This record gives sequence, C-alpha cells and structure tokens, in this order.
Amino acid sequence: MPTPKVKFNETAAKGEILEIKTMIDHDMESGQRKDKDGKLIPRKIVNKFICTLNGKELFHAEMHGAVSANPATNFFITATESGTMEFKWFDDDGSVYAISRQLTVN
Amino acid sequence: MSQDVNSDLSRRGVLLGMGAGAAALALMPSVAHATREEANDAFAKLTGGAKPQAGKVTLKLPEIAENGNTVPFTVVVDNPMTEANYVKAIHVMAEGNPAPGVVSYFLQPTGKAEVYGRMRLAKTQDVRAVAVLSDGSAWEGKKEVKVTIGGCGG
Repeated sequence: MPTPKVKFNETAAKGEILEIKTMIDHDMESGQRKDKDGKLIPRKIVNKFICTLNGKELFHAEMHGAVSANPATNFFITATESGTMEFKWFDDDGSVYAISRQLTVN
Repeated sequence: MSQDVNSDLSRRGVLLGMGAGAAALALMPSVAHATREEANDAFAKLTGGAKPQAGKVTLKLPEIAENGNTVPFTVVVDNPMTEANYVKAIHVMAEGNPAPGVVSYFLQPTGKAEVYGRMRLAKTQDVRAVAVLSDGSAWEGKKEVKVTIGGCGG
C-alpha cells in the first residue's frame, strides 16, 4: 500500500507563502516497459493528485507515464485561513490514497 | 482530456512496433521530427488553441541527466497569482519520449507560480512547458537535456 508523505509549515502567519512538499511511494509502471518475454507490462500509475483546504481546491495535477516512480509534487500556497488540508492520489486501478493535515494560520 | 492527448501520441510507438526493425531504424529521423509536431498539437489541445508565445516560463533542469528514470525539474512562471491575473495551468512535455505528455498542473490564485516534479526521459531532447494564464494567453519555455541512460525501459 503506497504511503503518502506531506511536508510544510503547519503553523503560518497570515499572508505567508508556504511550500507544500508531497511524495508517494509508487512504481508508476509507465506502460512502455517490456517483461522478460518481450510483452508490454500494462500501465499502472497514479494519474491524478489533488490538494484541498476546507474542501476548496488549491492545486491538482494530471500525471502520465513519464512521471518518475515515487512521484513528488511541490507547489506553493498563500496562508489565508486555518483548516484541514486534504491530499489525495488516484491510482489507475481505482485505489485512492489520502492523507490530511491541519493548517493553523495566525 | 489529457488522457486523449496521450493516446493520440502513443500512435508513434504502435507504428514503430509494426515496422521491421531495420525499416524502423531508417525512419527514426523523420519519426523524431513528427513527435515535435505531435507535441505542438497536444499543446494546442491543452491550451484551447491559444498559440504559446515565448517568454515568462523558465524550466530548471540538469544540463545532463545521467539517469533518465528520475530527472528533477522546476517550472517557474514570471506572473502574479492574484484573482485578477494568475497562472491557471502548467503543462509539461518531453517531445522525445514515446508519449510526450508528462504532467499538467492546475493552479489557483494562491502562493506563487512555481512547481517541482520528477520525470522520465527516454533520450536527449527538448523538455517544454506551457503556462496558460487566467486571461487565456499561453507562454512557453524549453530546455534541452542530455540523457546518458534512457528512462523509458523497453
């Protein structure tokens, strides 16, 4: 089961720009590789990532086979309100990997 | 939408697979050229037809990627992130890969217009990024990366 990881300053001053660092361990099988018998290994990747704060979207990504294994996505937000940050990764096989963190804005 | 883009773009891989090895090799230069056009078409779909202008977008990538499996990249767009004027999307393409689409980022008017990720590169090539702004305009940056060991398997 892939384990998502998220890192950022969870206590921030209002107006501060925060870098949100994320990563999930996942093979990101591209669909381009062949097995020992020369047959293509079917694609199985995380195809979408989304980050929300109190249910509102802050950022999302749509990924293809050329994203490396253990995909990392870093981006920036402005700290405007406290609340729950939710991070979700969507696998080709329908699995959803999720993690949440509290953001406190003073 | 981007799924469709990549299924179009994988046509090249299918065609290559169908040809005999020698014929495919002989065709390589023209195939590589076609890929740039396919990347252009893919960008056109993603930008809703807006033709990207050069500027605003900086791609930070290593000059030489020893391992094409994991090439770190940063895209920085020289544009504010206010409600009135912000970067809505950043699309990254590797035009020399079997399927050029790498990743598309969709942003809100918050933080700053900078993203980081890691990509696979099959061979030495131009990596391109197009930013779409809230006014609908599109801006492009690119960077050549020399790849020592390709990262697409096969």
